Amino acid sequence: MTPQTEQELADVIASAKGPLRISGGGTRPIGNPVVGEALSTSGLSGISLYEPGALTIVAQAGTPVAEIEAALDSENQRLAFEPMDHRAMLGTDGVPTIGGVVSGNISGSRRISVGACRDHMLGVRFVDGAGVITKNGGRVMKNVTGYDLVKLLSGAYGTLGVLTEVSLKVLPKPETSATLYLNGLDLSRAVEAMSKALGSPYEVTGAAYNQAVSLRIEGFEASVAYRMGQLKTLLAEFGDLTEQPDKKTSEEIWDSATNVHGFSDAPAVWRISVKPSETPAFIDVLQQMHGFDYALDWGGGLIWLAAYDDHLSEAAHYHQDSARHNDTVAGAEVLHTNLQHNAGRAGGHTTLIKAPDAVRAAVPVFQPENPTVTALSKGLRAQFDPRGILNAGLMG
Amino acid sequence: MEMPIPNQDILARKAQIVERLQSILPDAAVIHTESQVRAYECDALTAYKCPPLCAVLPTSTQEVAAVLKICHDMGVPVVPRGSGTSLAGGALPTADCVILGTARLNGVLETNYDDRYIRVQSGRTNLSVTGAVEEMDFFYAPDPSSQLACAIAGNIAMNSGGAHCLKYGVTTNNLMGVTMVLMDGTVTEIGGAHLDAGGLDLLGLICGSEGQLGVVTEATLRILRKPEGARPVLMAFNDNEVAGACVADIIKAGVLPVAIEFMDRLCIETTEKYAKAGYPDCEALLIVEVEGAPEEIDEQLAVILDIARRHDPVELREAKTADEAARIWLGRKSAFGAIGQISDYMCLDGTIPVSSLPMVLRRIGELSEEYGLKVGNVFHAGDGNMHPLICYDANKPGDLELCEAMGAEILKLCVDAGGCLTGEHGVGIEKRDLMSHQFAPQDLEIQMAVKDVFDPQWLLNPAKVFPLVSSQSRRIAAE
Repeated sequence: MTPQTEQELADVIASAKGPLRISGGGTRPIGNPVVGEALSTSGLSGISLYEPGALTIVAQAGTPVAEIEAALDSENQRLAFEPMDHRAMLGTDGVPTIGGVVSGNISGSRRISVGACRDHMLGVRFVDGAGVITKNGGRVMKNVTGYDLVKLLSGAYGTLGVLTEVSLKVLPKPETSATLYLNGLDLSRAVEAMSKALGSPYEVTGAAYNQAVSLRIEGFEASVAYRMGQLKTLLAEFGDLTEQPDKKTSEEIWDSATNVHGFSDAPAVWRISVKPSETPAFIDVLQQMHGFDYALDWGGGLIWLAAYDDHLSEAAHYHQDSARHNDTVAGAEVLHTNLQHNAGRAGGHTTLIKAPDAVRAAVPVFQPENPTVTALSKGLRAQFDPRGILNAGLMG
Repeated sequence: MEMPIPNQDILARKAQIVERLQSILPDAAVIHTESQVRAYECDALTAYKCPPLCAVLPTSTQEVAAVLKICHDMGVPVVPRGSGTSLAGGALPTADCVILGTARLNGVLETNYDDRYIRVQSGRTNLSVTGAVEEMDFFYAPDPSSQLACAIAGNIAMNSGGAHCLKYGVTTNNLMGVTMVLMDGTVTEIGGAHLDAGGLDLLGLICGSEGQLGVVTEATLRILRKPEGARPVLMAFNDNEVAGACVADIIKAGVLPVAIEFMDRLCIETTEKYAKAGYPDCEALLIVEVEGAPEEIDEQLAVILDIARRHDPVELREAKTADEAARIWLGRKSAFGAIGQISDYMCLDGTIPVSSLPMVLRRIGELSEEYGLKVGNVFHAGDGNMHPLICYDANKPGDLELCEAMGAEILKLCVDAGGCLTGEHGVGIEKRDLMSHQFAPQDLEIQMAVKDVFDPQWLLNPAKVFPLVSSQSRRIAAE
């Protein structure tokens, strides 16, 4: 079903006889597998309002991200949180929509300096599980009128309501962008260097590690040159520094970091959020048991962890069922359990982003939470979706 | 202002309730005599007062949990209170409530410069959070003008903003985690020193929920390295609309100032008499501040001044020294105090799309004439957060009501222009009954359903945020 108006969508939900599987462009099949009739928001498309002078855009949930980016580009503005495009990593080929971005609270490398998608969200319209059309927030930058359901709906993966319209804060595009590489650092020195850069006054807008540390500076030309110089002096103790001053090349580097192109061919990928100083120990402990690849973003606070078939077969040997000791699915389950256990101990969380359906069906894709938060979340779902029909079970 | 009728049964059980609270807190932490509870009869919305049943001042999460459990078991409403600086009546008591004050929860629990956060008890004042990290050149970004006095607990409850949120965001964008106690005494952690929620974003929901969902006792806050420097520039115009257009052009040009402040003639003239900042004689002035290294500041200001020149300014004044910079800010920072010297006033907080600024200012001027009350406008122009100050005479019978009626008109105007009732102060009791102008019944219903999940008995700050008539059935069912 692909309703063409908000009212049609509300009617579809109100009259639904069973569970619904909601999607935007279908490019991000994240979460525990969902059964139900397919309901797409792609028919609700179009920019309803764009005021560059107010840094605000309002669009229907099914509007392609590319359409929004093109409109913003014509005014030299952008979505500053740099939403990740999951297509390369997940091997999907649909059209990413803005509703999908918001539903997953999808942010990229710049999240570390400007905040996540949810921090740029100003308002939502949505249809709840009973088919009621509701609004929250608005289209102004500061708004504390009533409870902030905008944040709650951002990252709820459609389980509390189906978004029909979103308003977002946008920001000016900087004149240029440059990247500084710190080569030859091991993991703990890399995190140390990124912390030092992010704790400086030079406004680093990206800090990633994949063999080398990459640090991004953006702004007016002269300002970028000045801050790049200051940063080099500050980080001189970390040795081998090289600079990529070309704007286009710098942008490609960060496009690749945000979209995690390096792990496109991995069968299993996890996304782990911990405080950066926990990351070296987290990786170290895991390496004593498992083989895997990893890359860091957000100054070390975001770990992308990838396992290939040989890693998964190896991990399968730890599975309690000895009949499955060569089964890569079993290996992914073992690795997943360890990752969520260790992330929980480090005070963070692990989400399984990519894996065969059999794995996604067997494990909690999202990090299990403490009993109180679990009970509150369950209570909220019961209020927003009393029949439990919206992407039921997707978040566990 | 209508408040629910106090529950006579609770009033009759005061001695018993006090005794139970004294059994888990030191005697000095339970305030219950008639003269002592008067200190808690109002917040910064001083037009409304009501002494509470009693007040408690716990020093730990465990004590807060014990207090809430007792109140929950005895069916007593609780009104959480930060420093009592709410302009919206967020901490206004009812006669049958226990005030839970966070004043003694003021410690720093952890500072971490590598991961850039600080963990504090929630009663700590906003400015003293920055004070705790200043020696390392870090700061906590949200800066409400009451920051010397206001508590983080209240900042979280109201999702407070400030002058510099154009660049740094408001409380919710700088809050990473909380320890929160639910009304039944359950303690839970939400979020932490890592980024983003692993499941539903409950942290985003708690922030700005006006103390109705739980009591935050500890908070993990993002801290940032101070910029190398900052410099303001003052721009004077002979027309409000031209100043408004200048704001939009600056934003479109790709520079992102940390603050764009606006003052109109009444505020300029009044503060001039009071603070003698040396402001020019004009209809509207803007203070625009940018940050960075000296060279960066020069470059950004050059772009900004170039735009300003195209709007036919009366005067452009660049601060060459720290003293000149301070003088530019002096008038703006004294504006509320200066208006307070000449009159009682009510400070509104509606937010509008920046593009509607000229229309809304014109209409406020017309309303001022219709109601015969003077209005000064001083506000954060970059994000459209207006602060019309309506002058009235508290000693003149009917003047407060007239002022409130006019305030309601202005706030409805903000909503109709595509904005909202409150940008950073919160709804409290002040704007409670205007909520149905901004929200349809189903929009309010789902918000109240959220409170049902966290506080099924509606005991936490129950008479706030929602129109009394909307929340009535829930509050009565709870009794």
